[in-house]
Amino acid sequence: MSPRLRWRKFVSGFMLTMTGVCAFVAVSVLFVILGYLVYHGGTSISWNFFTKLPVPVGETGGGMANAILGSAKLLLLATLVGVPIGFLGAIYLAEFSGGATAFVVRYAADLLNGVPSIVIGIFAFALVVHPFKHFSTLAGGFALGLMMIPITLRSTEEFLRGVPNALREAAMALGASKWKTIATVIVPAAYRGILTAVLLAFARVAGETAPLLFTALGNQFWSPGWKQPTASLPVMIYTYALAPYEDWHRQAWAAGLVLLGLILIINIVARAILSRGIAVPRS
Amino acid sequence: MKRITGMLLVAMVLAVVLWADTLSITGAGATFPYPMYSKWFDEYHEKNANLEINYQSIGSGGGIRQVTEGTVDFGATDGPMNDEQLKAYQDKHGFGILHFPTVLGADVPAYNIPGVTAELNFTPEALAGIFLGKITKWNDPAISGVNKGVALPGNDIVVVHRSEGSGTTYIWTDYLSKVSDEWKTKVGKGASVNWPAGLGAKGNESVAGTIKNTPNSFGYVELIYAIQNNMPYGRVRNSSGAFIKADLASVTAAAAGAAKNMPDDFRVSITDAPGKTAYPISSFTWLLVPAKFSDATKRDAIKGFVKWMLADGQNYTEALSYAKLPKEVVAKELKALNNVQ
Amino acid sequence: MATTTTTVSSGGPVARSRSFLSRLREGDEIASMVTFLFAASVVLVTVLLVFELWQGSALARHKFGFNFFRTSVWDPIFEQFGALPFIYGTLVTATVSLLIAVPLGIGAAIFLAELAPARVSDTLEFFIDLLAAVPSVIYGVLGIFIVVPLMRQYIQPALKHSLGFLPLFQGPAYGVGFLTAGLVLAIMVIPYIISVSREVLLSVPRDQREAALSLGATRWESTWKVVVPFARAGIFGSIFLALARALGETMAVTMVIGNTPTISASLLSPGYSIAAVIANEFTEATGELHTQSLIELGLVLFILTFILNGLARLLIVATSQRGSGTGRA
Repeated sequence: MSPRLRWRKFVSGFMLTMTGVCAFVAVSVLFVILGYLVYHGGTSISWNFFTKLPVPVGETGGGMANAILGSAKLLLLATLVGVPIGFLGAIYLAEFSGGATAFVVRYAADLLNGVPSIVIGIFAFALVVHPFKHFSTLAGGFALGLMMIPITLRSTEEFLRGVPNALREAAMALGASKWKTIATVIVPAAYRGILTAVLLAFARVAGETAPLLFTALGNQFWSPGWKQPTASLPVMIYTYALAPYEDWHRQAWAAGLVLLGLILIINIVARAILSRGIAVPRS
Repeated sequence: MKRITGMLLVAMVLAVVLWADTLSITGAGATFPYPMYSKWFDEYHEKNANLEINYQSIGSGGGIRQVTEGTVDFGATDGPMNDEQLKAYQDKHGFGILHFPTVLGADVPAYNIPGVTAELNFTPEALAGIFLGKITKWNDPAISGVNKGVALPGNDIVVVHRSEGSGTTYIWTDYLSKVSDEWKTKVGKGASVNWPAGLGAKGNESVAGTIKNTPNSFGYVELIYAIQNNMPYGRVRNSSGAFIKADLASVTAAAAGAAKNMPDDFRVSITDAPGKTAYPISSFTWLLVPAKFSDATKRDAIKGFVKWMLADGQNYTEALSYAKLPKEVVAKELKALNNVQ
Repeated sequence: MATTTTTVSSGGPVARSRSFLSRLREGDEIASMVTFLFAASVVLVTVLLVFELWQGSALARHKFGFNFFRTSVWDPIFEQFGALPFIYGTLVTATVSLLIAVPLGIGAAIFLAELAPARVSDTLEFFIDLLAAVPSVIYGVLGIFIVVPLMRQYIQPALKHSLGFLPLFQGPAYGVGFLTAGLVLAIMVIPYIISVSREVLLSVPRDQREAALSLGATRWESTWKVVVPFARAGIFGSIFLALARALGETMAVTMVIGNTPTISASLLSPGYSIAAVIANEFTEATGELHTQSLIELGLVLFILTFILNGLARLLIVATSQRGSGTGRA
């Protein structure tokens, strides 16, 4: 073997090993993150955390019960805003629209998707908080819902398009009108994909903090109804992590663990649904 | 699927219904008195279960801005609104906004110098110099000169200040403007200034956190934050030449003169106050209450709170190292409360 | 059961198959209109957003004009607002993050696409996707409690010690700063580079690799000199995507960058980014000009990410078309 060849083979082996190292580093970051959260957060999770309200500054023993409920309300609102628009809009794109309108809608959705979350916060402030003169769960839910729209829209459209035309034609041949075809044949066929899309969009906005800073603000009590400011997990994590109180740090870790745990579980479930479901054999 | 939607709808209705009779009032502003306010509003809620006063500490600048916008029911600030801001409020709403002092507090110079646990003395020149970025090392003569007997290292000072509009900043820069002409012309006083040096952190909480975690750091925080976090803080030389540490007595002494000559709108600065025992970086902190409320229940709730705050509430202040309001000021405030309609 | 949908009996021209009324009655027209409304609302909301950004910054735009991008003074008291420190901070942290993330990301993508067996590749990709789902604020928490102390106590002093002669590594070791923010951002954007690059690499036709190997290239040479250049556009696309993400990141950055509007050659210096200053100052911007300057910053950020995302998509689409043979080779 010539020396040059030996060298080239060495370089080949070396560089390929390096790529392995890169992959290892990238993946291990996830486990490092999880490890720290489990370690610090696990030791701080207590019954208090889930059931108590925050206590006055400097005292210990408080919890994030209101933040957990607040996040739940915000996400519920976000889903009510984001999913119908995304879902129905996607049906329009996949089933009804012509080329030009479809292009415009898709372009707008991609634009919206790329907007940094802090800018969405500014927008929601200008649109909901300012006119109604109140920070509110509504404003926060609206901001998060906006972020869910593009993800839901594009993914749902893709899955709807993925349903084979044979199904559509068969339904029409049996005399079903278009909307009936969509409602009873196409959507159920794409059901798994759509559910996955919704879950992933949900998980994405569950962790968003920036848009909530100017919309839902915060609350040290339970937030009554929908028109008052509310505490939320991500914002509490942010506030507590920056402060100097040890007790708050512990709670921030615990909240981080809960939040990340929730997001990861949703992600894993979503992908499992998708991979296990081959609703219709692909043509 | 239908069952889930059904459950969701029920949940939504419940969310509205369950707390239907809770009156929720939102206030926002200063982080300076936040430990006090969070205690007060918590106690007050226990006494009035249907009333939640939700106070968010976003900084005095935020308090002024949001109460002017009308997005919160009341504000809180340690830097009183200036005439321009008052006029802006009046123009926007058609009625004025009133300042109500709540407690007396102090900005203290807190530091984290490895190996130094002693209480350091600071002259006004040293404070101005450090924050102007001209005094950069801990063993600078301006500092070591008045701290004989303490071994100060030659490390760089890491200055920490507020990153957002802050009344604590207002108090600090108000003081520096009074004692340093250079500061006055170069930087000025305000809630948000163009800092010549240092790191920015959001809220008293975060400044305290940053100082605690960063060796050789130096910043200004409200007294209780330094105490609650076991951070060493220094003495400051007052106008009579004595090095005074911030505590209940020295802060109360600083307010003595102002108490007797309190203006009707309660806007007064007590930094660099005369008096041998006065702490020079003390200040009142104010609630900003609109002069008119369209919602009578909200108005009565807030007035009720202010009355309680001026009476029972004052008994909670000393435990958190805030000084009580002078009696004359309390009396004047109770009268002024009638101007809130 | 099924209603027949042949010609309606109202006696119109034979060419018209179903009248509007019959379509309406069967619900298709309604369905079409309803779904159209929802789709249109997406466009409406987006247009409204751009409009609000534009209108909301009008005062600042008129007052400062292009000087906004050249001045570095941000003074709320004297009402001077210059965006330069924030643009600088945003670009510097993004650059640092790419310098770290791109080699690591492409390396990992090569491994996943070329070397790893399919199941290993899919499993690892699964983990990488999970990494992309971690919220920004959690990166921020880890940044504050783990990365910053590490930087302050070990890494930054080590850098100063060894490379301190470079203006890049001078100044006190705060722990927070451009370098730390860049590092945290790098971790956040790596998943995007990896997953997109992996996909475009996988879409490169097999005959390219086989041709290279049959000519005597080593595995690495075939990958690096043939496959990667073939997928070059898509890989660039992934980098643009990552860049767009890095530019818009708010929470993690504001927790570790030091929040000081400074322009400094040193990576150890604290700084500020556009997203961070908006997050910190928006709720309490004193005065219209201050608020509008912040909104103008938001507009700038929006335009930047918009351009980058658009470019990214073009590049990625171009590569996949090339790979599947529908584009030009």
